[in-house]
Amino acid sequence: MTTDASTLRSMMIPDPAYEPGMKVYTMKLGMWVFLLSEVMFFTSLIGSYVILRFAHPDHFAAPGVVLNVPLTAFNTFFLICSSVTMVKAFAAIQQGDDTGLKLWLLATILIGSLFVGIQAVEYYILYHEGFVPAAADYHAAGRQGMEGGPIVGGPLYGATFYTMTGFHGAHVTIGVICLTFVLIRALRGAYTQNDHRGVELIGLYWHFVDLVWIILFTIVYLI
Amino acid sequence: MENWSWLMDGSASTFGPTIDRLYLVILIITGVVFFATQGALIWLLIKYRHRAGHKAEYIHGNTRAEVIWTVIPFVIVLGIALASRGAWAQVKDPQNIPPNSLPVHVMASQFEWDVTYPGLDGQLETGDDFTVRNRMDVPADRPTHVILEAEDVIHSFFLPDFRVKQDAVPGMVMNVWFQPTRTGEFVIGCAELCGIGHTRMRGTLTVHSAADYQAWLNEQSQP
Amino acid sequence: MATTAVTAEQHAATAQHHHEPGFIRTYVFSTDHKMIAKQFLLASLFFLLVGGLLAAGIRWQLGFPGQPMPLIGGLFSDTTAPGGIILPEFYNALVTMHGTFMIFFAIMPLLVGVWGNYLIPLQIGAPDMAFPRLNMASFWISVPAGVIMLAGFFVQGGHAGAGWTAYAPLSSEPEYSGVYMGQILWLISLTILGFSSLAGAVNYITTVINMRAPGMTWFRLPLPVWALFVTSWLVLLAIPILTGGLIMLLFDQTIGTGFFSAATDGEPLLWQHVFWYFGHPEVYILILPAMGLVSEVIANRSRKPIFGYHAMVLAIIAIAFLGWVVWGHHMFQSGMNPLLGTTFMITTIIIAVPSAIKVFNWLGTLWRGDLHFDVPMLNALSFVSMFVIGGLSGIFMASAPVDIFIHDTYYIVAHIHYVLFGGSLFGIFAAITYWFPKMFGRIFSPVLGKVHFWLTFVSYNLVFFPMHTIGLRGHMRRIYDPNQYEFLQPLQPINTFITIAAFVLIATQLIFAFAFFWSMYKGEKAPRNPWKANTLEWTAAPTPPPHLNFPGGAPVVYRGPYEYSWPGSTDDFLPQDLPPDRVSRTPIPSEPSPMSTGD
Repeated sequence: MTTDASTLRSMMIPDPAYEPGMKVYTMKLGMWVFLLSEVMFFTSLIGSYVILRFAHPDHFAAPGVVLNVPLTAFNTFFLICSSVTMVKAFAAIQQGDDTGLKLWLLATILIGSLFVGIQAVEYYILYHEGFVPAAADYHAAGRQGMEGGPIVGGPLYGATFYTMTGFHGAHVTIGVICLTFVLIRALRGAYTQNDHRGVELIGLYWHFVDLVWIILFTIVYLI
Repeated sequence: MENWSWLMDGSASTFGPTIDRLYLVILIITGVVFFATQGALIWLLIKYRHRAGHKAEYIHGNTRAEVIWTVIPFVIVLGIALASRGAWAQVKDPQNIPPNSLPVHVMASQFEWDVTYPGLDGQLETGDDFTVRNRMDVPADRPTHVILEAEDVIHSFFLPDFRVKQDAVPGMVMNVWFQPTRTGEFVIGCAELCGIGHTRMRGTLTVHSAADYQAWLNEQSQP
Repeated sequence: MATTAVTAEQHAATAQHHHEPGFIRTYVFSTDHKMIAKQFLLASLFFLLVGGLLAAGIRWQLGFPGQPMPLIGGLFSDTTAPGGIILPEFYNALVTMHGTFMIFFAIMPLLVGVWGNYLIPLQIGAPDMAFPRLNMASFWISVPAGVIMLAGFFVQGGHAGAGWTAYAPLSSEPEYSGVYMGQILWLISLTILGFSSLAGAVNYITTVINMRAPGMTWFRLPLPVWALFVTSWLVLLAIPILTGGLIMLLFDQTIGTGFFSAATDGEPLLWQHVFWYFGHPEVYILILPAMGLVSEVIANRSRKPIFGYHAMVLAIIAIAFLGWVVWGHHMFQSGMNPLLGTTFMITTIIIAVPSAIKVFNWLGTLWRGDLHFDVPMLNALSFVSMFVIGGLSGIFMASAPVDIFIHDTYYIVAHIHYVLFGGSLFGIFAAITYWFPKMFGRIFSPVLGKVHFWLTFVSYNLVFFPMHTIGLRGHMRRIYDPNQYEFLQPLQPINTFITIAAFVLIATQLIFAFAFFWSMYKGEKAPRNPWKANTLEWTAAPTPPPHLNFPGGAPVVYRGPYEYSWPGSTDDFLPQDLPPDRVSRTPIPSEPSPMSTGD
């Protein structure tokens, strides 16, 4: 008979140290958990890129040869600014500053849209320079190269570039749409100093997307 | 088949017996575990079946038992893994390919094996190479080194009697070797689903005595 | 943070403003986790039937190669089975879709979708999932995924035929497989299904962490909840990897990116790495929940505490962790570095240890128990027995040199079916019959349940055990006509035998379907706690549980889930929520009373 009395006693009474869950409200916990899965999604794309790049370095060009680094550096700066405005929006509602919330949210949406817009322009130019995702049509001549010059890099370059940056751009776009919803709710006065969970949730997502971009910018454009 | 068996047929390569012995060792170990656990299960089911007035004992577990049945399986399976290392390296490590091997190039494609021989000079990629389809002829007195490639999709070069299996992956060169232990005709199969004709992608491997092989080689090398 | 208080207030507000929802909100677009579980149950049982019928097609071709299928032979088009004779391309589609439907649309939702939804809130004492609307979305996202997957059979070129593993480049370049639209639909369907799984996983994890009833500490969680919680982490982290891979494969197919195409210097093996990096955690997604469910049934039907509760939990966690570092064993013959193969061989074989721990603990639970051989118990015991076979046969292929011979043969087919059918599906049968009274208020017919169990058990073993033997004779997987190989011709009688047994096995499942619906409407009315169980779904919630589960508010939990046959009580079970002062006690003088609350 293994009825160790003290063990048994500890099993029989409600644990005094019991805390129901983490001291985080459920929506926020859910957002964290969701973002972990997003990490794995980008890991699979970035991991594939790393493997392909190590296996075929000749398919990839030196920084700045094909991709327009200065333009994207500006764009990266904008996205980081949008993270700052997002923090400002959250700080505003924490102070109960409803007007500040709306203005900073609007600023975040505008900068986020600007990022997507610049990315679209970048895509357009690159595509017309022959830097395309389809392997068969790849003929990027490079920024310094002239019309009809030697092809720089190989098809894996275009494929990985558009897949990674494209899915990031899609995440930014979804973020802008969600921010717009949050702004509409803010205009209706849905957020108060005591309850502004929606602002915090979209903020978490937005900072995550920003962080992913900093990684992508580094490994795709700068290395 | 005349000499029917529930296990693999006798092998025809030098490392075949090593693999078969390993199989047998694992079969004995798992067989003992199989009969022990299933026997214990049946014994428990009969012994402790519900009977009127019978009550279960209040037992939560036993730390010593947990340690025992964690450590013992750990030691056994780790032993199996360590015992397997040698045979694995012998078969798959390219460093262990005997230097006196006959080099043969095999190109797998939908749905055939194209086997290229070095001809009389013993060197591949020289003018006297010749290619045969879906058959392979090798001498019994020296090892064969198969340089395996695939043209279109993944195939798998399977010599059941030689305990040889290696996927042929497009864009990669695989090294396979074996040393026959007896003459005769053996089967070449494809073990990886490769399309509609997967089932008919097969060939014949003939192991000749040294003299027969030379005769065959001379005959094939006639212009 | 002040927001926590707000949440609680809002919960209260929701409860107060709750109205009885109408038909659509109750049965179709329901946010009630129990209804969503039933929706998943019916949908995945349907796909189980689909997968079974596809298996029947495969077995017909192997058992009676080149002969027209009887009865239904005339129903097929000229591009699949003209006159009932299966064409090779249709055979490849059958093999591919059998695996796909069974793994993604039957077993996975049967375990995670059904029991994750049904049991997690009920067993932890929560009114519903953390995100009920996300939960509803989880089911309704899976419906279009299933429809798209079924639609693949009717498009030009036939359905995907590159195996459920979809090895590139066969899957990525239509010129090699002859399949274009079918493969694209396959990829789109699984991508969509990924969102469904993800929504579920986020919900389960958040719910278990944040919504446990007072007193429900981590080590008082019933083992199904533990298993489903750990599984949800695997789903959460593994599915996005697959999604990334599926998207790259889809781009290869549609816009010609060439990630996995050797022609453009892509890497065919990259697909295998991505797929199996997802795929091996997936294997444990398909077995861990069943282990949890079976533990519950075995402890209850032995009227004994589960043996080594902590060891059971730790084994689940160990399996989940090790599951991330073993994917290479699917690729021993793919051409990986032999040194890497050795590493994967060692990690793989170590994963046998936590599995063994679980088996020994189940046997320990039976030891000195009071075993009741009801239908759930029979299925649960069969799980243990079959899982032992599946686990032991896995050791052969974990040894890389032995795997050289048995890789891609029927030995592998036997192994996977011993784990997925003998393991997971028997676990599912155990769970369905055990929780049937809770779900539908009636007992699952014991007579039909036993008939179904014994016929399944016998025919199942007759189908899959001989596959070990034909695998050892060198019978490759996925070959359309083994008789084309002279050395496999002597195996034809075994193949025919397997096919006949398989038809018995499939027909037996119709008994289950009949028993399921018969019991639902005509079965014996169930008392509130028919198994005399301890867990909250039986002790604190009415049968069937109403919306928000616990009418009296969240139950308070006083003890672990497996306090059976405690000698201090006159009953042989102690419900988790029974206050200590209400336990009907048989005082034992020699023992200090464990009921005192002072500490």
